[in-house]
Amino acid sequence: MGGEGSRGAAPAATTPALVVEGVHKSFGQLEVLAGIDLTVAQHEVVCLIGASGSGKSTLLRCVNLLEPLDAGRIVVAGEDICAPGVDVNRVRRRIGIVFQAFNLFPHMSVLDNVTLAPRKVLHLAPAEATTRALALLERFGLADKQREFPDRLSGGQQQRVAIVRALAMEPGLLLLDEVTSALDPELVAEVLAVIRELARGGMTMLIATHEMGFARDIANRVCFLDAGRILEDGPPEQMFRAPRAERTQRFLQRVMEAGRL
Amino acid sequence: MSHLGGPLDTSGMLAVGPPGGPLRARGRPRTAVRSTLVAVVSTVVVFGILVWITVNAPGWAEVQVSFFNATVFTNAFPDIVAAFSLNIQLFAIAEVLILVLALALAVFRSLPGPVFFPLRFLATIYADIFRAVPGVLVIYILGFGIPGLGLPGIPTDPFPYAVIALTLIYSAYVSEVYRAGIESVHPSQEAAARSLGLSRLQALRYVILPQAVRRVIPPLLNDFIGLQKDTVLVSYIGVVEIFRQSQITQQAKFNYTPYMATALVFIAVTIPLARLTDILVSRDRRRAAASAR
Repeated sequence: MGGEGSRGAAPAATTPALVVEGVHKSFGQLEVLAGIDLTVAQHEVVCLIGASGSGKSTLLRCVNLLEPLDAGRIVVAGEDICAPGVDVNRVRRRIGIVFQAFNLFPHMSVLDNVTLAPRKVLHLAPAEATTRALALLERFGLADKQREFPDRLSGGQQQRVAIVRALAMEPGLLLLDEVTSALDPELVAEVLAVIRELARGGMTMLIATHEMGFARDIANRVCFLDAGRILEDGPPEQMFRAPRAERTQRFLQRVMEAGRL
Repeated sequence: MSHLGGPLDTSGMLAVGPPGGPLRARGRPRTAVRSTLVAVVSTVVVFGILVWITVNAPGWAEVQVSFFNATVFTNAFPDIVAAFSLNIQLFAIAEVLILVLALALAVFRSLPGPVFFPLRFLATIYADIFRAVPGVLVIYILGFGIPGLGLPGIPTDPFPYAVIALTLIYSAYVSEVYRAGIESVHPSQEAAARSLGLSRLQALRYVILPQAVRRVIPPLLNDFIGLQKDTVLVSYIGVVEIFRQSQITQQAKFNYTPYMATALVFIAVTIPLARLTDILVSRDRRRAAASAR
């Protein structure tokens, strides 16, 4: 984040980290994204909430070009990444994503998981990549796990490693796709703590989450997705206390009844 | 014999153990001791009956002389073992070539997108043809056909053709094994790799193939047990390997004991490999059970 901050000269500070314009995406007959418009400013934390199937994950996967768009445009730090001829590998280097199921590489140690992309994509010397990886692992309390394999770690530890793996590429934008949904309840806190620290450090994040309390604490802005559209968005105080749209009210009502808020 | 097939199969499985045994025992640990007992008793009974039938058969005396002749065995055994070194060479060279060629074929078949269609198409045709044509025919066609062209500088020794034929035949099968392994790696692994900026080939090389190959080691070993045995097929194009050698001895002595010696050699080599495969399979199964939370 230090690098991001020091580079933050006047033009970069005003260019949004992410602009999503009119994004449509269907899987067969099913329209998952039905025209999404969204802007995320530098250092902003935006949470996407909404029922399962409302399109949160698909939107994140589209931003990272893991899913091709049917229509619309995505601009990352001023560059249209959907333009023809754009090198997707170069784009993805600047956008980190953390998945619900961790998706660590099971045949590699924690350290190798973290250093693989810096070595093979950024072409860092192994020693340099290791030094940086160890610093990150240290920062998130995982230094003693560097030689372990993923299946020897708890879910919370695995997810923290996955976050470190994404951070090792020093992304300008971090996408978090329901990163606590696969965790046992007692392991959720350690992962959320990591994300809070990243937010304090000024990391720009787009977060799909079911953790409403967390969204209320951490987000600068909350977007409610419903049937592939952003139905309502605003600061968390307004979204959680006085949602305008009826569907948002009903969704939050159900969440509250389930004891999740 | 046919009415014995059923009970023989079941008891055989229980007695040998590793393929079926541990699984059953794990499902019902309390009955493990009793299962073992039943297995031992039924094995003894079945084999006792088989031996009794064989020894009391009307032609047993003649069969004993022509198949189980100790003198012929002792005289023929050194030559047969010596000839087996050629099978080992065939096997060793072909195996390395197969591992490389089959991996290339499997990778070709897993490349997505219209650009790679020709490679996918060729690899598919290759696998189809070489799995369809009986191995002996491939060996004949290559072993007699290519030297028959009379091209200058082309070897006349059958050995290289034997290696090439075995490589071509087995690569078709082994490429399918690799492909199954590649497809068994969950797409989320590729997504994770690509999301970090790795190219498609880098994701394949560093993330997908290492996991795929590890998973298919047991079926690969299984195919190599088959390859070991199929090295005898190249005797048809004049390679004097173990089977050809035992044929020569058989014709000289008018006695089939050399074949029994050959069978023994293969059993001695194959069984350790088969047990190793079983061990790897059960270790994989345990690991899969442990990682599934």
